[in-house]
Order: sequence, then structure tokens, then C-alpha cells
Amino acid sequence: MTAPSVPETVTLAGGAAAPLGAADAGSLRVIRARHPWRWAAAGVVLVLLAMALNALVTNPAWDWPTVGRYLFAPSVLRAVVLTVQLTALGIVLGFLLGTVLALMRMSRNPLLASVAWGYVWLFRSVPLILQLLFWYNLAILYRRISFGIPFGPGFFDVGTMDLIGPVTAAALGLALHQAAYAAEIVRAGFLSVGHGQLEAAAALGIPRARQILRIQLPQAMRTIVPTAGNEIIGLVKGTSVVYIMALPELFYQVQVIYNRNGRVIALLLVAAIWYLALTTVMSVAQYYVERRFSRGSARALPPTPLQRARRLLAVRRQARARALADAGTAS
Amino acid sequence: MVDVRGVHKSYGPLEVLRGVDLRVGAGEVTVVLGPSGSGKSTLLRAVNHLEKIDRGFVAIDGELIGYRRSGDRLHELKEREILRQRSRIGFVFQSFNLFPHLTVRQNVAEAPLSAQRRPREEVEELTAELLDRVGLRDKADAYPRQLSGGQQQRVAIARALALRPKVILFDEPTSALDPELVGEVLEVMRDLARSGTTMIVVTHEIGFAREVADTVVFLDEGLIVEQGPPAQVLDAPRHERTRAFLGKVL
Repeated sequence: MTAPSVPETVTLAGGAAAPLGAADAGSLRVIRARHPWRWAAAGVVLVLLAMALNALVTNPAWDWPTVGRYLFAPSVLRAVVLTVQLTALGIVLGFLLGTVLALMRMSRNPLLASVAWGYVWLFRSVPLILQLLFWYNLAILYRRISFGIPFGPGFFDVGTMDLIGPVTAAALGLALHQAAYAAEIVRAGFLSVGHGQLEAAAALGIPRARQILRIQLPQAMRTIVPTAGNEIIGLVKGTSVVYIMALPELFYQVQVIYNRNGRVIALLLVAAIWYLALTTVMSVAQYYVERRFSRGSARALPPTPLQRARRLLAVRRQARARALADAGTAS
Repeated sequence: MVDVRGVHKSYGPLEVLRGVDLRVGAGEVTVVLGPSGSGKSTLLRAVNHLEKIDRGFVAIDGELIGYRRSGDRLHELKEREILRQRSRIGFVFQSFNLFPHLTVRQNVAEAPLSAQRRPREEVEELTAELLDRVGLRDKADAYPRQLSGGQQQRVAIARALALRPKVILFDEPTSALDPELVGEVLEVMRDLARSGTTMIVVTHEIGFAREVADTVVFLDEGLIVEQGPPAQVLDAPRHERTRAFLGKVL
């Protein structure tokens, strides 16, 4: 070794007399910090989880055999379908109307803006359950509904009962209520798009409708989707309110069944399991929709769980191959 | 070509432009200098009617921008008409304002397709050609956030060029850039000037003004203090305020 001209030993911060020679740099090994408390906390949580699971499985009061019997019963499946239908109608119609309301609210026409504000005010202020009952009883208020010139002659009219059956009334009630919330969500999304974007679109002479659909909406979706996802999941469960209209959706149907056979807990569990399943599907869908609209927002999109799993497997396989190759050269 | 006459603009009690007259001939490069708050950006934005003016008018190739004249009145045009007029005026923003959710290619092709309704094949060809011109052919499928500031501004220039504009307006195109990225944007602008593009440039790059401008305009407190060829305005300013400003920035 040649004599170094600079003092070569450095004392570590701890004051430990560990001389750091330049020659050692390559041979220093990194030992990761240990976290014993993480392991302890994980252990505690695992025990608690096991206890909870045990309580669920072993207590006969949960009545799992009955749950199994009714989970896929035709009447329950029909009820699930109706719940999905009501949710879909409520969300699609609600967000369509909500988008129109949001655009009205943001328009330069003060009358349109005030009407939109008034709508949101009214439908957000009256409890959903009351609104549903009003729709359900619409036929008492208006026996017949006539189509024609406003305040002028009607071309034809129909009985309210024929036009708006219970399912339509429920879907309408959910959609109109949802529209008030959707309007605010969509508006928040549009407000989140930077002013410079509108200015650039205007400066390029892009037509107004195209500005909204191509420039504003896709960027607004980044803000809209997470909140809308919340609303959709809320509505899946919110449809259970419709039971007061005696519509055989999931919650009403399980009530009918347990009133007949007295297995209250088991049937509530059936409903809970179905709600869980439906919202799980929605949550996964939301993840992918969000990903779709986040294009361009980050330099690279984070991998999906599936991609992550595949990558992990690939890395493992490579490591194994390398280990095998090393073993080959060593022998 | 571009004819700005007696343009006034106020925000409430604040008079930003107080009667600005400016003429830019076809193929000429005009650089507008002035301290911040002098009304440079407002003037530029008035040219394509992003800012409504209170008095005076702007005309490009004899066509009034934003208004229709009948007798001694100016009627404001409908939005659709204004958008049509803007689709022949390029505008390059200080903060680029690229559409972040569209690729570079889509950013450039959007306005020719939707505002000018030109056929897709023609626009695709044009887009490739323009990206080549600003040296970003290999970035066609990147998203704006994956690019550096200088690259983004070059895309923004290609986007403005895609309109085949009669004039391009540059609003401090290099002010948001890191110093080492300014050069690449100025290089593209120099190339445009050489190829005879009509340009109005608001900038603080005195070197660029000296080298490229046909006319340098010095604006202060909403009025044009002096204008002329760069050799005159930059090297032998007649007005005290011009001298004071140049003394600070040079």
C-alpha cells in the first residue's frame, strides 16, 4: 500500500473507533435495520383476527347452513338483479342529469345557473326516503299525465299509474336525488381543470362542445371518478331504502323470507354478503377506470396488482436461473 | 397584415392599454419589450380576442378580430365566429398549456382536425412534419409531463404552427424555462423567423430581439414609448424610460 497523503481514517458519528479506509469501501456490507415491534404488532393483529373468525364460524347462531341455502335461492337472485338494475338506472340517469345541471350551473345564463342551484338545493335537502314516497304516491297528486304544448292542448295522455310503475318510480326517485349530488361532483371536476387549458383550447379555436368533451371532461374525470365511485357504492346500498315501496330488491326480499321462517340473522347475512360482493366489483372497476383517466398525469402509471404479481414472479424466476448458473460455474 | 389601432383596455379603474397603435407586416418579426405590468401580455391577448378591448380595433388581413362593423359601431361576434378567427392565429403561452391527457401527436393534431376540419391523413402528415421541424419526432407518443420544459414549449410551437396561422403570438415563451433550456426554444423561433413567419413576440430576451426582430416595440404604462429597428431602439434609445429599462435588463 502506498502512503496516503490525506488523512485516511474517518471517525463515524457514533464516536466508535471504526477507521474507514478507502480500500474497504467495496467490501462493506449493509445490514438492514430490524423492526421487532412490527412483528409484535402483526402477531397481536393476527391473534385478534383468528378470534373474530373463530367467533363467526363456531357460533351456531350465525346459522351458516341457512345462509348457504338462501345465498343462491332464485328469489334472492331475482332481488339482486333488481338491486343492480336500480343502481345502474340511478347512477346512469343521475349522472346524465347531474352533468346537464353542472353545465347549467356553470353557464353564463343567470336563469339556467339559478335553476340548477335551486334543483340541487331542493333535492339535497329532502330526505331520499320522503322523495321516494312522493314518487310512489304520484298518482294521488296527478291522476293522468298529458303530453302536448305547454299550457296548450294535449296530444295524448296516460294514467300516471300506467306510466310510472313502482320500479320506474323507485329508479326515478333514486336518479333525481342522485343527480343533485352528481351535479356538484361533476362541477367540482370541471373547476379542477386549470384555466390555462380552457385558454389554450379557446386560442386554438377548438369548437365549444369539443372543448368540453375532449379537453375539459377527460381531465375533470380524474377528480370526478373517486368521488363518483363513492356515490355508486353508496347507491348500491342506498337502494335498500326502496324497501318502503315494497319493491322486491335485496333488502326487502330477505325481510320477506325471514318474516316467513324466522331465520333473521342468517338472511341478513345473505344480504350483507351480496352487498359486499357488489361493492367489491365496483371498487375493482373504479381502480381501472381511474387508471384509464390518469394517463399523462404521472410520468409512468403504477403497475396494476396483476402486473405487479407477474413482475414479482419474473424476478423470482430470473434469480433462480442465476443461482443455478452460479452453481454450475462453481462446480 | 396585423393592424392594431387605438386599443384601450381597462380592468376596473386600472387602464392597462391606453391607445396602442401597432402595425406588423407579413413575414415580419415584432418584439414587444417592457417592464412587467406595462400591458405587453394584454396587448398580445387582445390581438386574438382572448381579452375583449374597450376601444379601438384589431384587424388581421383587413378582417376585424372579434367584431363586425356596421356604420360606426362594432358588434361583438358570436363565440363560434371568434373561434373560427382564432383558428388562423397561433398563440404560444408562457406556461405552455399543453393538454396533459393527450399525447404530443394528439396535441398538435387536435385543432387542425376539430377547428379546421382538415382530413385526417393530411393532418397526420403535417403533424409528423412539424414535430420533425421542432426536433421532437421521436417524442410523438409521449405525454407532455414526460418532456422537459423546453421540449414542451417546442411542442406548443408545433401545435400553433399546425393551424397554418397568418401570425403567431408568443407570450413570454421562455420565461418559465430553466436557463439551459431557453436556447432550444429560441432556436426554433429563429428558424421560424428565417422562414418568413409573421410573429409578435413578448419577451425579455434582448439578444433574441436584436438578432431576429425587424421591429422592436417598447411598451410602458399601456403606451408605446418608442418603436423601430433593433439597432435604433436597443442601441440608441431616444426615450429616457427605454434607456432606464434597458439599463436594468442588459
